[in-house]
Amino acid sequence: MAIAQTAIENIVPEETRDPWYVQFWGLVRRQPLGAAGGLVVLIMLFATIFAEVLSPYDPEMISFEHMLVAPNADFWMGTDAFGRDILTRIIYGARTALFVGFTAAFVGSTLGLILGVASAYFGGIFDLVVQRLVDILMAFPLIVLALAVVATLGAGTLNVVIAITIPFIPQCARVVRSSALAIREIPYVDAARALGFGHSRIILRHMVPNVMAPYLIMLTTFVGHAILLEASLSYLGLGVQEPTAAWGLMLQGGAEEFAESAPWVPIFPGLAITLAVFGFNLFGDALRDLLDPRLRAR
Amino acid sequence: MHRYITKRLLLIIPTLLGAAMIIFFMLRLIPGDVCEVRLAGTGLFVDEAEIELCREKLGLTKPVLVQFYNFVSGYLTWDLGESMWTGKPITHEIAIRFKLSIQVAIMATLVAVLIAIPLGVISAVKQDTWVDYVVRSFSIAGIAMPSFWLGILIILGLLIGSQKFFGEPWMPPIYYVSPFEDFWRNMSQLIWPAVATGYRYSAVVTRMTRSALLEVLREDYIRTARAKGMIEKIIINRHALKNSMLPVLTIVGIEFAFLMGGLVVTEQVFNLNGLGRLFVESVGAQDFNLTQQLVMLVVLVAVFTNFLVDLVYAWLDPRIRYG
Repeated sequence: MAIAQTAIENIVPEETRDPWYVQFWGLVRRQPLGAAGGLVVLIMLFATIFAEVLSPYDPEMISFEHMLVAPNADFWMGTDAFGRDILTRIIYGARTALFVGFTAAFVGSTLGLILGVASAYFGGIFDLVVQRLVDILMAFPLIVLALAVVATLGAGTLNVVIAITIPFIPQCARVVRSSALAIREIPYVDAARALGFGHSRIILRHMVPNVMAPYLIMLTTFVGHAILLEASLSYLGLGVQEPTAAWGLMLQGGAEEFAESAPWVPIFPGLAITLAVFGFNLFGDALRDLLDPRLRAR
Repeated sequence: MHRYITKRLLLIIPTLLGAAMIIFFMLRLIPGDVCEVRLAGTGLFVDEAEIELCREKLGLTKPVLVQFYNFVSGYLTWDLGESMWTGKPITHEIAIRFKLSIQVAIMATLVAVLIAIPLGVISAVKQDTWVDYVVRSFSIAGIAMPSFWLGILIILGLLIGSQKFFGEPWMPPIYYVSPFEDFWRNMSQLIWPAVATGYRYSAVVTRMTRSALLEVLREDYIRTARAKGMIEKIIINRHALKNSMLPVLTIVGIEFAFLMGGLVVTEQVFNLNGLGRLFVESVGAQDFNLTQQLVMLVVLVAVFTNFLVDLVYAWLDPRIRYG
């Protein structure tokens, strides 16, 4: 009785939580670089959604009167060899980059998540086979594996998404598996088994939520990788095809030609790629600091 | 140690076999082959029989398993088959480009290490000062910046700069000359792609050097060295740096193995006729024979580099003994 009484007395009144904007500012001050990255991500999202409203021209409209115009009041970033406004194509390019980046990163890391957790959960032969496969796939450089997929499927936006997704699966599976192995040893998984739950229920409802942190970190890092990879493939002519606006595609063509006629043509798309990848990387790093308890302890 | 080396070498075989299997069957998942591309690609009317004849010649009509057997057994006799596109032996196609690519790869590694280690050390020693922030921004930018864009910027800079200062535009030479024939000409061609690839590479190594050194600087023996009044420069160079080199070495090795990926794009920018370019062309032409051999070459380089890194590890740190 006495114990119960003290216990009740000791209950601290629930801490009043700061309003969301105060918390938000605290977060921004703790992770200024991450916040900068988040800002880039938001700008890209904004450009993607409102491309039609934001861009002054039609991204695919060819105009022979305005070929290779230097940046001026009408064309802030100049025009390319087909007289298309570069600013407009960069805004629409954000849509392509984000579509390819998010789809590939999401599908790749989600498949990796399921594979990784299943591999840790089942163990034995299944785990061994999956891990050997992962080992082998990890020996391929990212772009080489992606190019091999393009060799099979051919170029085009959707094929590029698939080509970028496939190398992500083993990478995510590897990371997720090591986290899931630790969770598999926690008694509640055995308890769930003892209660007679099926494998898929245990994997999806009990194990997957506990490996969300590495999953989300991989997901954001992958978006940055995917944007860079898509730009590289498109630059090589094996990715997104004309006339779709894509940053890598805008850099195609000889640098010598640009130097003579229009040095502004390659500058802005490259800046856009760098900034986008930079943003997602910083955002991913900040997310890792926040979500990964092992790193937070330091 | 000998047992360990033998074991590791034997383990390479199943990895390579697995890689061969993955790449071989992946490339054949989807119908459509080099014969269709080559003949129908001309836009003219093509006789179905002619395509069939072409397939017959390239051995595409044989059962897939037989093709796979030929592919793998080719390694035992050093017969990598012929390029479906040019018809020349693949060993020849690779041999004429190998020198250039390997030279750029080694130079890029040198550039990266020469930039990264001093920067990483400065950044760690001056942790949380403006120097540290500048170095870290420099390396974050290196990771975000596509190497082909950097390549384009370098060429732009060279052309515009030479125009301004010497009155006429200067471009790196296009044809490869062996460094033993004409060293300066060779360097003036290959130093630029090496820098473009090496910058990204250096960014990764700088980060690793910084964090490895920071970790070592917290060790007890560093405090002891300081306590006995040793000069800071000697502490850093002799005590800390040596001990922080292991993880740096690993990352240099891993990145070297993946350098081929960087070269795929850089060679395109600088118009270099190397392996990366060949790879892109083989993909574009659906030349499966060539694509799969080049992928296998890349995997082989990656696997061997990892193996060598492990060995050097044991050599550098006598505490590491593999069982």
